[in-house]
Amino acid sequence: MTNVERHAYDVVVVGAGGAGLRAAIEARERGMRTAVICKSLFGKAHTVMAEGGIAASMGNVNEHDNWQVHFRDTMRGGKFLNHWRMAELHAKEAPDRVWELETWGALFDRTPDGRISQRNFGGHEYPRLAHVGDRTGLELIRTLQQKIVSLQQEDHAETGDYESRLKIFQECTVTRILKDDDRVCGIFGYVRESGRLFVIDAPAVVLATGGIGKSFKVTSNSWEYTGDGHALALLAGAPLINMEFIQFHPTGMVWPPSVKGILVTESVRGDGGVLRNSEGKRFMFGYIPDVFKEKYAQSEEEADGWYADPDRHRRPPELLPRDEVARAINSEVKAGRGTPHGGVFLDVSTRLPAEEIKRRLPSMHHQFKELADVDITAEAMEVGPTCHYMMGGVDVDPDTAAATGVPGLFAAGEVAGGMHGSNRLGGNSLSDLLVFGRRAGVFAAEYAAALAQVDRPAAGEEQIDAAAAEALRPFGTDEAGDAAPGSGGDGPGAAAENPYTLHQELQQVMNDLVGIIRRAPEMAKALEHLADLRERSRHALVEGHRQFNPGWHLAIDLRNMLLVSECVARAALERTESRGGHTRDDHPDMDRTWRKVNLVCELTPGAPEAGTAAVSLRRRPMDAIRPDLLALFERDELLKYLTDEELDA
Amino acid sequence: MSSYQAHFKVWRGDAEGGGLQDFQVEVNDGEVVLDIIHRLQATQASDLAVRWNCKAGKCGSCSAEVNGRPRLMCMTRMSVFSREETVTVTPMRTFPVIRDLVTDVSFNYTKAREVPSFVPPKGVPAGEYRMAQQDVERSQEFRKCIECFLCQDTCHVVRDHEENKPAFAGPRFLMRIAELDMHPLDAADETGVNRASSAQDDHGLGYCNITKCCTEVCPEGIHITDNALIPLKERAVDRKYDPLVWLGSKIRRRGQ
Repeated sequence: MTNVERHAYDVVVVGAGGAGLRAAIEARERGMRTAVICKSLFGKAHTVMAEGGIAASMGNVNEHDNWQVHFRDTMRGGKFLNHWRMAELHAKEAPDRVWELETWGALFDRTPDGRISQRNFGGHEYPRLAHVGDRTGLELIRTLQQKIVSLQQEDHAETGDYESRLKIFQECTVTRILKDDDRVCGIFGYVRESGRLFVIDAPAVVLATGGIGKSFKVTSNSWEYTGDGHALALLAGAPLINMEFIQFHPTGMVWPPSVKGILVTESVRGDGGVLRNSEGKRFMFGYIPDVFKEKYAQSEEEADGWYADPDRHRRPPELLPRDEVARAINSEVKAGRGTPHGGVFLDVSTRLPAEEIKRRLPSMHHQFKELADVDITAEAMEVGPTCHYMMGGVDVDPDTAAATGVPGLFAAGEVAGGMHGSNRLGGNSLSDLLVFGRRAGVFAAEYAAALAQVDRPAAGEEQIDAAAAEALRPFGTDEAGDAAPGSGGDGPGAAAENPYTLHQELQQVMNDLVGIIRRAPEMAKALEHLADLRERSRHALVEGHRQFNPGWHLAIDLRNMLLVSECVARAALERTESRGGHTRDDHPDMDRTWRKVNLVCELTPGAPEAGTAAVSLRRRPMDAIRPDLLALFERDELLKYLTDEELDA
Repeated sequence: MSSYQAHFKVWRGDAEGGGLQDFQVEVNDGEVVLDIIHRLQATQASDLAVRWNCKAGKCGSCSAEVNGRPRLMCMTRMSVFSREETVTVTPMRTFPVIRDLVTDVSFNYTKAREVPSFVPPKGVPAGEYRMAQQDVERSQEFRKCIECFLCQDTCHVVRDHEENKPAFAGPRFLMRIAELDMHPLDAADETGVNRASSAQDDHGLGYCNITKCCTEVCPEGIHITDNALIPLKERAVDRKYDPLVWLGSKIRRRGQ
């Protein structure tokens, strides 16, 4: 029997970004003893990197805005692959989630009449993003963090213990969801600081672990984004959907090399910045796709008029959805019209006065000055696409955020799939975190409360022993003690692998072979590489001991990155069309018959043999869009996305 | 592109003790200190412990002391050092070491809990909050804080004075009190909390003698002393005489 420390809670939230903290607040307010597992320090989650804002149709800047317009924009952005019910709930509930933040102390930028200011963003018809300069994510995470502290203060006043009802487990990583038959019964993980292993018994687990960007070489994502929740769900028997759709944000830094991929906020374009190629041409006018022809300006003059008078001008094409802009930049660079460092120019210096740039985009000004020696008030930035966001994720019930097929498991935020379809609009992530984070909290609490204490499932020792052996395997057999046989290990004859080397190879494979533009033979090759890497990762060995050992942590994260990468490659190979965050060089067109199909990834039962698939794939038809929601669109527009039979049904 | 071999000294050890370890390591154009630490991990010391997240100066995780100065490693470019210079990286000194460059920063989370939270105004429903931009800007400056805790690390009240820690919240959390005090709609007063005087009475504002060390190391360029601590002292002074407030206001006026 493995020696682990053991806790018991009603609800465990895995992840402490926007979705996780919002879920935890809700569960605690509904009376559940709640634990939050935080991979880093409290308040450092990747949400802090969100810059532009929170999309919510409050109508503070343009009174014509409402949830129906937001819903339409979201569906268009996702090329109608979104789960319509999630898009509907999101559009309806986002304003309340933003206003609620003010009652917890958030301080958004204001309109002249004192309301929350809203800014323009790609794909949004009206100014819609509540923001604080270009550090909105920081405001969101700090507000939620401080709300949690205030709840802990209430508990302290009542019980004498800050952590009696809501505890943050800082710098802990979950490696397994524990199950009792088909039901969730807790989590297994380790503490970074000490390397101690621990179990939390809990009937309800909310996954809110974010994305997968660290599987790619050029990414805006932080080290935590290793697809943990995606992999935990798969391993627990829950399916993932839409894994082929990855958003490459059009504007990441391209120079210097060490910062390649770091995000340059879309607000630069929302506030007037334009994209030019090496010939000085504003090239986006040549890249407006047919489905968006009526909505975007055809000339520079018309586009420039829009900032001051949006009612009588169409939007600049720099504000097309992110997938369109990323592809356009990619094409310009490929055609030899790129910048010296392989990007394009993003210029705001000739568009706004220097003081205004510093006021509206302070952290961009700071970031370029400090990291690239570029003064964005005086010169153009060089930018190019960077892996930014995973549209795919855990298949969930749209109302309750419950994962399909695993009672007690919930998922919210980037780790959940469906909401954004094939492409997410900027600003829709922070609102997604709040809307579905809260919903996951509500329904996880409801689920846990409905189970009487005696009916609570519990994890057997065998399962815990297996999880412990798996976690300790990278140390070889000594540290693992009497680890279960067959859990890998440094078998005879196998060369020890360096986890850092394996990770770099994985990132190169995904970047080169399953990146922004995809081809069948390359993806097939990627799958071979991934199978090989998976085999080699069984022999990943680390030096040192268990106390705060990053090599060990990476060796464990590799399992997750490899599983998720296989989902991405397999689904991307299967979908023979281009849509949103999935662009096939060999199938360049969008195909209406593919719109009705979700690709579902599931774990292949039993440990996969060398060279075989760890993940299996099946096609599943999507639910028909509810008629009253379809009625929000013109038939002509729907015909671009839906088949004739769907429309006539 | 040109690369060279740099000489690094990195503190390695744990709560029991440790020392500086020498490394020769490759440096390329445009790299920052954190890149070099990562290269050491990948090639020479796989278990070298360091905290980091965003690598873009936004999360405040990779705080350490570089050649003795508290800094974010991700925002410290190698080009600020000459190629011959030895770069010494040590953990933040004010907090107990856990391992290598990682320290136990729980002091800060304890202090955060001791500051009474925002009190929403009674009778103003969500969605009805109205505030002028110029009124929120003062608190917004303080909310730029990324909680890197470099100000806490450098503050001489606690840097070498463990005995002051229980009574002193540190610049970050005194600034948090100022932020709430300046929030246009905070209703703490109605619950009987005077934020400024509690800063003095309960959070050790009086220990601060406005040497501005915190402001100097702030990677966000927040004017912690001038805009948060001195005004807070001025508001607290109604109740308690503090000679430093008088002095501080003189110094400030002279600079204007």
